[in-house]
Amino acid sequence: MKFHAVVDIQLHPGIADPQGSTIERALPTLGFDGMSNVRSGKSVHLDIEAADAAAAEAQLQEVCEKFLTNPVIEGAEITLVEAS
Amino acid sequence: MATVGVIRFPGTNCEFDTVEAIRALGGGAEILWHGDSSLGNVDAVVVPGGFAHGDYLRPGAIARFSPIMGAVVDAAADGMPIVGICNGFQVLTEAGLLPGALQKNAGLKFINAFQTLRVESTNSVFTSAAEVGQELSIPINHFEGNYTCSPETLAELQANDQIVVTYVGNPNGSVADIAGVCNVGRNVVGLMPHPERASHALLGSEDGNVMLQSLLQSVGANV
Repeated sequence: MKFHAVVDIQLHPGIADPQGSTIERALPTLGFDGMSNVRSGKSVHLDIEAADAAAAEAQLQEVCEKFLTNPVIEGAEITLVEAS
Repeated sequence: MATVGVIRFPGTNCEFDTVEAIRALGGGAEILWHGDSSLGNVDAVVVPGGFAHGDYLRPGAIARFSPIMGAVVDAAADGMPIVGICNGFQVLTEAGLLPGALQKNAGLKFINAFQTLRVESTNSVFTSAAEVGQELSIPINHFEGNYTCSPETLAELQANDQIVVTYVGNPNGSVADIAGVCNVGRNVVGLMPHPERASHALLGSEDGNVMLQSLLQSVGANV
């Protein structure tokens, strides 16, 4: 089966996020009020062939741990969609 | 003569400066290619500065999978002196040879400036010839030099005397002003400042030489 995956990579809670802080400070100066707790990360989109969704998820978890994230400071959330 | 291997990845740009600085002190140095899976006959390794593999994904994230890194990990376990400078520090943390991680500077600025450092521990292969409390003027040149670790890791670093050098006046937001750390075995050291760029009066400082001399002395060179 073929799936499309979106891997959302974010810094762990409590790890300082200089990029998010800078965005947050910029918002009011641009006239956008009421926004807080800005955290920035990155996303990786990819297609994956696997026997089923669980197998795809397991493989992506491993890729995240070994390569796509630095587990010391980052975690990832994986969203899987069956490709049509 | 004791020889230091200086690893060149695609995108490394401080390998020749590092080789030159070591040779100027009377040590031997040669370039190692990242695609080789052996360290040859070198006695120590420097992972130098630059942008290995373009720093894509994260600095060091791809470099740690270069064939030579397997040999570096094995050599580190055998006690060989391994030093990571700037991008090399990032590579060694990604490879799991050093604790913590380097992320974007607080303030999001690339900083290229002389920086005063304080030697915190002389019990490492890169600071053994220095003195505790000694202040060194050595340049930093990085965007992602903000040393980050969990409170538990920081407590371990402090308890084990693994913080090797700190910044006097924190330039980048690093936890506990950390500029460089070593592993528990004290044979692997990583730091963001560039001692090879402070190796001659013409460069504005010779304060980096005490670190390079420490490394050479750790492999038996009389320098």
